[in-house]
Formats: sequence, C-alpha cells, structure tokens
Amino acid sequence: MKRNEVITVGLLVFLVFILKFIIPKPVQLSYTVSMITIILLGLVFVYILIRTLQGRLIGRRVVFLLVGISLSLPFFMKLTLNIPVSPEVRSVYDALQKLPPGSKVLASFDYDPPSAPELQPMAVAFMKYAFDHGLKVIIMGLWPQGPQQADQAIQSAFKAEPSLKKKIKYGRDYVNLGFQAGNEFVILRMGESFKAMFPSDLNNTPYDSIPLLNNVSNFSNLDFCMNFSAGKPGTAEWVQIAVDRFKLPVAAGNTAVQAPMVYPYLNSHQLVGLLGGMSGGAAFEKLTKKPGKATTYILSQSFAHTVIVIFIIIGNIAYFSRKKENK
Amino acid sequence: MKREIPVAITFIVGTAYLIAYFIPHKPFNYFENWFNDWFAVIAAFAIWLGVLNLIKISTIKIFQKKPDWPYSVLIIISFVIIVFFGFYEGYKGLYAHPSYSFRDPGTSFDWLYVNVYTPLSATMFALLAFFVASASYRAFRARNFEATLLLLAAFFVMLGRVPVGDILTSWLPHQYQLSQWANWIMNVPNTAGQRAIMIGIALGLVSTSLRIILGLERSYLGND
Repeated sequence: MKRNEVITVGLLVFLVFILKFIIPKPVQLSYTVSMITIILLGLVFVYILIRTLQGRLIGRRVVFLLVGISLSLPFFMKLTLNIPVSPEVRSVYDALQKLPPGSKVLASFDYDPPSAPELQPMAVAFMKYAFDHGLKVIIMGLWPQGPQQADQAIQSAFKAEPSLKKKIKYGRDYVNLGFQAGNEFVILRMGESFKAMFPSDLNNTPYDSIPLLNNVSNFSNLDFCMNFSAGKPGTAEWVQIAVDRFKLPVAAGNTAVQAPMVYPYLNSHQLVGLLGGMSGGAAFEKLTKKPGKATTYILSQSFAHTVIVIFIIIGNIAYFSRKKENK
Repeated sequence: MKREIPVAITFIVGTAYLIAYFIPHKPFNYFENWFNDWFAVIAAFAIWLGVLNLIKISTIKIFQKKPDWPYSVLIIISFVIIVFFGFYEGYKGLYAHPSYSFRDPGTSFDWLYVNVYTPLSATMFALLAFFVASASYRAFRARNFEATLLLLAAFFVMLGRVPVGDILTSWLPHQYQLSQWANWIMNVPNTAGQRAIMIGIALGLVSTSLRIILGLERSYLGND
C-alpha cells in the first residue's frame, strides 16, 4: 500500500469516527448557512474557471472531492425543492389510482444492491401506496437478490408507517414467491401457470396453502404488474411477453441509465408508465404525498448534476478560448 | 455426434417455440411449457456452473501466484462465509416453528447482505458519478456537430430531470422550462433513436435465430 493510500484510508476512518461518535445526531444547516455554503462552492468554481482559462486544468482528485462535497452537503441542508412530475410518472400513479382495493398486483423485483440506492426508494413508495390502498401484492424476482430487496422495501415501509405493520398480514395481503432462474422463460411459463414456476413461497409454504394465491393461476387473474428493473431480464422482457402476449398492464421503475431504452414502449402504450431513476421515485413520492428517501436524495442528485454541468461548461469555455488564441 | 445432437436439439426446440407462438393451442403449447420448464432447470444449473468456474479460476490464480492473487483469496473466503451462513440459516429455518427463510430479516445471512454486500456493491456503482464528472471536465468537448448535439442533450436532460432545472428557468413560461425540454428530448429524439436501434436488433435477432435453428450458424457450439 502506498503512503498516500494509507493517509486516505486513515482520514476516512477518522471521518467515520467523528460522524459516529463526536457528532452522533444529524447536523442540520439552516437556510442562511446552506445558501452561504452554496455561494462558497460557486466561488470555488469561479476559481477553477479562471485556472482552466489560464490553461491549468485542475487535477482528477479535486474533481472527485468537489463531487463528493456536492453529493454529501445536501444531506445536511434544510432546503426543499419543487420536484417536477413527468407525464410518465403521473401515468403510473393514475393507473394505480384506478385499481380498486383488493386488486391483485404482481411486483417483480429485478435488481440487486448496486442499483438499490436508485430503485429502493421507489419500491418503498410503491409498497406504502399498495398497502395503504388495500392492493394485494404478489412479489417475485428474476434476479436472485430481487426478493430480498422486496423484503427490505416492506420492512422500510413498515418502519416509516408502523400502523401498516398491524394492518398487513403475510399470505393474505402480500406474498413473496422468491427468485426463479430462467429469465424471460419464467414470464412465459407464468402466462400458463404460476405454480409451475413457484411451487412454494420464499418460506417453503406450498403454493396452494397461501390464501392470497387461491384464485391466481396465471396472468389473467392479475390486475396490474409493477416491474422494478436494473437491466436484463427486466422491463423489456415483461413488455415483450407479459404485455404483448398475455395483455397484462405493466408499469416500470427503472434506473436512470436504463430509462431511455424503455421510452419506445411508453410511446406505443405497451408500458403504462415509468418511474425513471431517482427523479421518478421522488416524483412518485410527491404524488403519493408521502416524502421518503427519494425526496431526500434528489437534492443531492440536483447538486451533483449541477456540478457536472458546470464542469462541462468550464471545460468547453477553456477549449474554445484556447482555440481562438491558437487562430 | 458431438455436433449433430446439439444441432438437432436446437432445431426441435426452436421450431416448437416458433410454431407455439403462432399456434398457441394443443399440442404446441404443451411443448412450449415443457421446454420452458427445462430451461428453468438448465438456468439453475448454469448458476452452479458459474460458481464452480469462479472457484476454479480463483484457485488457479492463487496457486500460480498470478498478479493480484490476494483478491482471489478474498473471493474464496467471502464465498465460503456467505455459503456457510446461507446453509446454516436455511437448515435452522427449515426446522423452526414457524419456519423461516435464510434471507428473512434478522438472520445472519441477512445481516451480511444488508451490512456488507449492499454497501460494497452500491459503492462500486456510485463511483460512476465521480468518473463521469472527471471525464466531462477533461474530455466532453463540442468538437463537431454530433458532439455539440450530445452535449446540448446532456445539458437539458441532466438539469431538466432534477428540480434545479426548473428553478434556473422559473422566469420562463412553464412550457419552456428545462423539465419540459428534457421531456421532449426523451420522448422525441431519444425514442426515435431507440426505435431505430430496436428495429435493427430485432432484424438481426430474427436472421441469426433462423440461422441457428436451421443449423447454418454453429459458432455457439465452440471449436471442439
């Protein structure tokens, strides 16, 4: 290990120590302090612009540090932003609103922990909404870690709203069927028989002994499907098989990277709606009037996006000014 | 026979799926269901194959002391720990009253998943933000028309997708605010491009699939 790496690790450990033991309670900066911090950050970028114009590019580590600061500072700021609601997010919400209590909704969790920071908040918001409105949720996963993410989402929903924990009962209001290997072939087989792919739930309870699944044999017994996806198998497979072949209404929650690829399905009305990335999750939380983690994280994402755009602008100003000088 | 049998299986299964798609009635739907069940079993075995392959590659790396071999030791140790706790909790849960899954909240497997695996893998993904920022500062330049278009799209979508975009353009009428521009970019130029890619992929898939089913394309069988 190099000396620099040892110092970096030491500093990180020290930082964690300070955050954990010296400042155990979360710090909240007032509005004025937050604005002063933003202005100071702006001044740093003015300095970077001047330096870059002089032909002295700042180092990689400084960029990393500024992104780190812009991502972490908002967690301590007391700022509220008006979250824009895109038409595709509103479509998901409207479709859920149309479902009467008791409707059976399939929720497929097709993602793993790397994508969880983006998808988990929307999954929690969806669970809260479903349980609040009496929807019966059947959980499954085409990714091995999906069902466990679903369990975490349910626990988070219960933690945020303790009244739900008393009201909601496993087997009656929701069931977790677990993971099944086979990618899109699992969806294809479920069109004929759920039981063939999931003979028991995650706790090894036989399919026929679960009250919620009494009258569920295939997609024709479902009212809606919500797919949280971070790649393949995911939304594209659900659209191509469950929507096109079995006419199941499907809405999706995708990572921001994947969302652009799903837009053709939205415009052809094969997909009911889309929650794209953190902003999609935050907009959904806004519509459900239950702000959660996405609403908190979107402030951080706003800062990070702004910082990246500023870096692009500075880089290009320097590029064009040098081009002009060379001419 | 080493090549003929796989080609025959591919032909039979491929043809059955093709017919079942257009005629989803007896007996073709039975064939389809049958092959779907087979696929699920084969896919489950593929997971084992992946695990064994990982162990094999890591072990060879350790014994031959190849570069970065200590990471392979870490892989094997992590694998053994997670498998041990998975089996241990699974066995305990099976005979408990009421029974529970090894993945249920409160189990040691779940503790490892939540407190070790989740933060580590999320960190790897989060590193992307830092590299994107560095690359955008050093390399994202409007050098030509195509790069300028890409840059403008990035500008509108990145700011329009977060609340700060509308704050910056709050003085404009609603339909001209950055979020509306981002929506337009995603719905019109993005969708057009994605459709073109999708149609291209679909046509390529159809022709390649037909070549595989008919036995004209055999590269998937390897060189043995």
